[in-house]
This record gives sequence, structure tokens and C-alpha cells, in this order.
Amino acid sequence: MEVNLQEIVFYVVAIVVAVCSALAVSTGRILRAATYLLFVLFGTAAIYIILGYTFLGAVQLMVYAGGIVVLYVFSILLTRSDKDMKYKISKPKLVSVLLTTLVGAALILFLVFTNGFVLNSIPQAGELGVKEIGMALIGGDKYEYVLPFELLSVLLLACMIGGVLIARKR
Amino acid sequence: MEYTLLILLLPLLSFLVLGLAGMRMKHKLAGGIGTFSLAVVALLSYLTAYSYFSLDRTAEGVYPTLQPWNFEWLPFTESLHIDMGILLDPISVMMLVVISTVSLMVHIYSFGYMKGERGFQRYYAFLSLFSFSMLGLVLATNIFQMYVFWELVGVSSYLLIGFYYTKPEAIAASKKAFIVTRFADLGFLVGILIYGYYMGTFTFTPEETNLMGAGMVLPWALGLMFIGGAGKSAMFPLHIWLPDAMEGPTPVSALIHAATMVVAGVYLVARMFPLFIAYAPETLHIVAYVGAFTAFYAAAVACVQSDIKRVLAFSTISQIGFMMVALGVCTSADPHHGGLGYMSSMFHLFTHAMFKALLFLGAGCIIHAVHSNEMSAMGGLRKYMPITHITFLIACLAIAGIPPFSGFFSKDEILTACFQFSPVMGWVMTVIAGMTAFYMFRLYYGIFWGKENKQLHAAHTPRESPLSMTFPLMVLAAITVVGGFIPFGHFVSSDGQSYSIHLDTTVAVTSVIVAVIAIALATFMYAKEKQPVADALKRALPKLWRAAYKRFYMDEIWLFITKKIIFRCISTPVAWFDRHVVDQFLNFMAWSTNAAGEELQPVQSGKIQSYVMCFFGGVVVLTILLLILL
Amino acid sequence: MDLDIHVLHYLVVSTIMLVCGIFGFFTRKNMLATLISVELVLNATNINFAVFNRYLFPGQFEGHFFALFGIAIAAAETAVAIAIIINVYRNIKKIMTDDVTDMNG
Repeated sequence: MEVNLQEIVFYVVAIVVAVCSALAVSTGRILRAATYLLFVLFGTAAIYIILGYTFLGAVQLMVYAGGIVVLYVFSILLTRSDKDMKYKISKPKLVSVLLTTLVGAALILFLVFTNGFVLNSIPQAGELGVKEIGMALIGGDKYEYVLPFELLSVLLLACMIGGVLIARKR
Repeated sequence: MEYTLLILLLPLLSFLVLGLAGMRMKHKLAGGIGTFSLAVVALLSYLTAYSYFSLDRTAEGVYPTLQPWNFEWLPFTESLHIDMGILLDPISVMMLVVISTVSLMVHIYSFGYMKGERGFQRYYAFLSLFSFSMLGLVLATNIFQMYVFWELVGVSSYLLIGFYYTKPEAIAASKKAFIVTRFADLGFLVGILIYGYYMGTFTFTPEETNLMGAGMVLPWALGLMFIGGAGKSAMFPLHIWLPDAMEGPTPVSALIHAATMVVAGVYLVARMFPLFIAYAPETLHIVAYVGAFTAFYAAAVACVQSDIKRVLAFSTISQIGFMMVALGVCTSADPHHGGLGYMSSMFHLFTHAMFKALLFLGAGCIIHAVHSNEMSAMGGLRKYMPITHITFLIACLAIAGIPPFSGFFSKDEILTACFQFSPVMGWVMTVIAGMTAFYMFRLYYGIFWGKENKQLHAAHTPRESPLSMTFPLMVLAAITVVGGFIPFGHFVSSDGQSYSIHLDTTVAVTSVIVAVIAIALATFMYAKEKQPVADALKRALPKLWRAAYKRFYMDEIWLFITKKIIFRCISTPVAWFDRHVVDQFLNFMAWSTNAAGEELQPVQSGKIQSYVMCFFGGVVVLTILLLILL
Repeated sequence: MDLDIHVLHYLVVSTIMLVCGIFGFFTRKNMLATLISVELVLNATNINFAVFNRYLFPGQFEGHFFALFGIAIAAAETAVAIAIIINVYRNIKKIMTDDVTDMNG
């Protein structure tokens, strides 16, 4: 069985993502959880790039890894929240949570596997060019996204103001 | 005569303006608005009266009954509908003049009397409301409209009696007045419903065919209506609210509890008079007996009261009794054969409104000057208050029935009508007229002559009231002096025909002699500084004096009936049922809801995570269900 | 560029990420850690969007753009959430979910 480089990369990334997300929610140190989240986000970016969405991957790296995770680290340090990680979860609760999540996971996997995806390879589409993305983002026709784009800018502005307003010292 | 609508709308408008925006106005402005609108109403009323009575009489020799405005408000069937409108006929026009005149005088008077009082604007707003409702009552085109305004009058009376709402007695008095009259109005309402059911109409002139069929129930319906009228007009035994109603401001007593509202019952009987006389003469006789007894009872009580407003209140009750008697002794609609009472009753209503308003306003001046209602604080006031003294004396002479003052003429007609009915009734009423003269002059001497309370007067010298208060006195006194010479029978009579009043010499001479004797007796007993005869009588008959002073224990009897009998035998079991069955059931509902809430409350833990877990679990379960079902 | 990786493999990866996120959301009591779990859930959906776009509708960009917007919205949400958490910390010096139960019925 021939194994090419791409597959090797994907499977390595997949394993890293799976393991890191499991660790991110189970580690006892919050700073570590943030670090594992960072790895997961890197892995996600890698998946985007493998899929050929290099721009999306770049955005993922910049916004998530470069922006959000830094925000997390800052707020973790600001709130000194490592002391807030020492708690015990009661057994019945843990059992019920595990049961719920496992049943949910089984359900999702069942749906995924029984859906019958026949396509097992990507058609020759290649990389999505930045120019096309840019044109689609500012175009007003069908399948073009200037309206959501503008809406999102307003949302971000509102969040910025809201964030400042909520967190400022009174 | 479309402008008659303004007579109703102006006071209403003034009430709305003063009621909504009055608190922001200056006292003078608020009073000015109320007085101005009433002045316009009075002018319009005089205009209406003038143009109405200068109309041509119809072929039957009566004044036409006009309805300048009428619209159907609540139609029930073809003929049974409640209308709102304006009815003009001799008695309603006469009432219009009386009400607007007295109301205008009271408005002017209140400028002086209520000066600087808290709630001055509220006072004028209520006065406007009262004027509106009273005018609506007399102008009603049908019995139901009359009832609506009847209740409005009751409400405004309640509001004005309780004007000094910080005084517990005023609150109690207003509640008493409202509850007693409301209780009587229950009879009125039942009467109206019976009337409407059998007559098929609410108008005052039902179809001839309906009248024939309902001959049996009509006396009952009219009798029930009379109960309502008796409540408003303070007939025995429903009179108990009127003396207490004197807790209100004195001008209000003059307007509502002497001149206008309390005669609403008389007006009601007069309004239904054609039906009474034709189909229920026995009921009419009951009216006469009730009126006569009330007149006697109230006169007896008035002889011993010491609060001057109470004396006047009982005098009012007594005089309304006279009017009721006059209506009740009618035996036919023809003024020459037994219908004289109708005319004399209306005449007495007119003259009494004027001189009793004058008496109350004079009493207001006196109270204003000495700051007390008790006769002990007065005496010898004639030196200090000459105008009040003269006008008060005129009113006293009028009510005593001394010619040529107006009361003589109307009272003389009433006595003539009573003698036509039966000599006994005539003599009884003559004696009561003598008692009237006696207690009025006892009051007069007690206030203006007699023993002066020098100590009090030295500390606070009584002074004559300002012009705003004496001017209405003079106007009303002038009307009282000349009012008797109005050819009243020419305008108002039982069958509408013109009727010229001619004095019955024997009756007139007898009544004048009786009145003079009574006045002389009062002079003998009360005019001097020392009053040995009066004190001796008081000592000789202590029980009788005490009973009369306590109004023959009527209030106590009512309290006994309500508290001991009604409350204990009916209300207590009902209350028990209410508390133990109805309330417990509702309590159980509340308790079960509460308990369910307590049980479910932990679910609302406030922890987002558990909410989301339930949500996620729900989604999973629903998806599984969907998969199984599809 | 030829990919031989089956679409299911991507989906399995995103499913694992999603389930981890949900599990973390249920078990974590530190609000920041909860937020990290939420990020995992969002990421998993973004991956799914991209994957479905690439595999099922290769000629169009809807999934791609949805993922793009999803990233932006996630950023906004995180910013507000962290502002709230910092404010909570400033007030009660704790950011445990057990301490913030004003929605308690």
C-alpha cells in the first residue's frame, strides 16, 4: 500500500489534533489547556491548508493563534485562575456527563458513517486564490458576500465597544 | 333651543379642566373658571325659561314638552332603549332656574368662604361636577338617564361631604351618605327595571296599551322608585345620612343638602306624577303619610338640637316632608279638585330652595365668624353682623310662613291642599308649620340675641363677612322677599293648565296665627339673656329632651338592625362560607402551585453547564427518536 | 494535487474535537476553561464547513466563507466573553461557574 506524503502529514495532524483537544479539556493547569488549544488551532490551520484553503488557514493562524490565544493567556494571567482549577467533580455527575457525551459521539459517528459519502478524493480544484476570495468578499451579486462582510464589521465594532465598556474600571 | 346642550356641557367641561389641570392653577383662576361657567349656565337657564314660557300654549292649554336633544344610546328592543337627551317642560325648566341660581350663588359665596383652603381647585371641580349631574338629572328625557345622573349626583355629594378628607367624621359622614342613598337606590333601580319590563319603555309617558296590561305592577314599580326618592330626599327612616352630611363645607350643604339634591326625590315623584295620580293613588297616599311623619319627626328633633347646621338639616328634612305631603295629598290631576298639591309642592320646592340656601349661607357666615357650629358660642351676634342678621331674619320669616315672604304663599297652598284631602292632615300640617316657626326662631334668637358668649367674642371679635359672601345673601334674600308674588300656578300646575293662585282666607289666617303664636313663644323663651322657661322644660321632661336630642335614637336603631341583625344573621355565615370554603379552595390552588414551584426550583440552578447538558441530552434523544421513527 | 484521504477521516477528527469540547464544557468549572472548550466546538464546525465545501461542492465557496465568518464571529464572542469574565473576577475575585448563579430560580 502506497502512502504518499500528504497522507502522512494529514494523519500526523489528525492525531495531534485529537490528542491535543483531549488534553485541552482534561489537563489540570489552565495555562496548559490554553497551550493545547493553541496546538489544536495550529492543527486546524494545517487541515485547512491540506484542503487547499491556504487563505483560511492563514486567517486561522492569525486570528485564532495570534489573537485569541494571546487574549486567553492574558486573561488567565490577569485573573490568576489557576487556583480556580482545583475542584472535584462528583462521580454521578461525571458518569452522567460521560454517558451523555459518549452517546452523542456515538450518534454523530453513526450518522457520519451511515450517510454514505462516496467521494473519496478531491476533484482537481487546486488552491483557492486570494484574488477570487477578495472579489467574492466585496461583490454584491449572488454568491458574493459584501453584506455579511459589512454586517460582521459592525458586529466586531459593537463587540469592541461592548468589551471596553464591560471591562473598564468604574 | 339647541343651546340648552351648553347648559350641560359647560359644567362638565369646567369639571374636566379643573379636575385635570386645576392643581396647577392659582386659586382665583380655578374659582373663576368654575364661577364663570356657572354664570353662563345661569344666563342660559334664564334665557331658556324666558323663551320656553313665552312659547304659545298648545290647543289643550298646556305648555308643549320639548326635546331639543335626544339620541339613542343603548337600544334593547324596538321600543325599549336608553336615550340621552334634554327634556324641557314646566317643572324641568323651573328646576333649571333653581339649580343654576343657587349653584351660581354658592360658587360666588365659596370665593369668600373657602378662601385659602387646601384643595380649593378640587372643591370647585367637584362643584362643577355636581352642577353638571344635577342639571342632567332634571333634564333627563327618560327614567334611566335620570338614574344615571342620580348616581352621579350621589357621587358628587359623597365627594363634597368628604371634602375635608383628613377629618374622620367627614369621611364617616360621606360613607354614610353614600351607603344609605345607595341602599335606597337599589329600590329605585328595581322599580326602573319593573317599569321597563312591563311598560316596554323607559320614557315618562308609556303607551296606553301597556299601561292597561300593567295596572297591577305599576303601583309597586312607582313605590320602589319612591324608596329611591325617599333615600335621596332623606325621608324617614332613611333620613339618617343628612344631619351627618353637614360635615361638608357649609356652601356645599346649602347647594346640595338644602336646595337641590335633596329635592331630587320630590322631583322624581313630581316627574312620575301623571302615572301616580292615574294608576297608583294609594301609593301616592303612602308618600303623603311618610312625608307627614317625616315632617313631624324632623321638626320635633330640630327643636332641641344645638348645632346650628343640624337644626337647619332637620328643618330641611321637615320641609321636604311638606313637599312630599303636598304631592301625596293630590287626588286628581285637576288643580281645582285635588291637584293643588302638585303645584304647591313645586312652588314650595322653589321658594324653599331659595330661603334654605340663604339660611345655610347665612349659617356659613356665622360659622366663619365664630369658628364653631354650636349655639353656645353665639348669641348677640346681631351687633357684629348686620347684613347676615337681616337676611337670616328674612329667611326665618319666610320659612315660618309670615306674609309677604315667599314661604307664606307656598306653605299656605300646601296647607290648603292638605285641608282638601282631609281635615286631620290639614291640622297636623298646620301644627308642624307652627313647630317650624318655633324652632327657626329658637335658632334665630340663639344666634343673634340671647345670652352672648362674651368671653369668646372678646377673644375673637366676630366680623361681618366680605362682599363675596354677603352678596349672595342679599340676592337670595331679595328673591325670598319677592318670590311669593310669582304667579307660579300660571307656569306649573298638575294638568298643565294655567291656574291662578287664590289664597284661602281661613287657612291663611289660621296658619299665620299659629306661626305668630309659635314665634311669640320662641321670643318669650329664648330672646332674653336668661331662659328660665326653656331650662325648666328641659328639667321637667329630661327623657323626652334627651330622646329628641339624640334624634329619637334612629341612628342607634339602624346600627342595631345592621350590626346585630344583618351582620350577625346573614353576613357572618356568608363570611364563614367565604373564608372557609371559597378562600380555602383558592388557598389550596395557590399552595399547590407554590409547592410545585418549590419542587421544580432546583432545576433552575443558575448553572449554565447543567442547562446546556439538558439541552444537549435533549437534542441527542430527539435525534435518536427521529432516527428510529423515520 | 490529488488527495486520497477519505472525507470520513476529516469528519472523525472534527467529531473528536467536538465531543472533547462538549465534554470540557460540561466538566470545567473555571469559566476560561469553559470558554476554551467552546472554542474547540466552534473549530470543529469550521472544519466541517471547509471539508464539506471542498469535497461535496468543489466549485463553490460557501463553506469556505462560512468558516471565515465563523472565525471572525468566534473572535468577537471571545472578546466579549473575556471582558465579562474579567469583570466578574474584578467583582468577586473568582471565576468559578458555581459562584455565578444569579440565574438561580
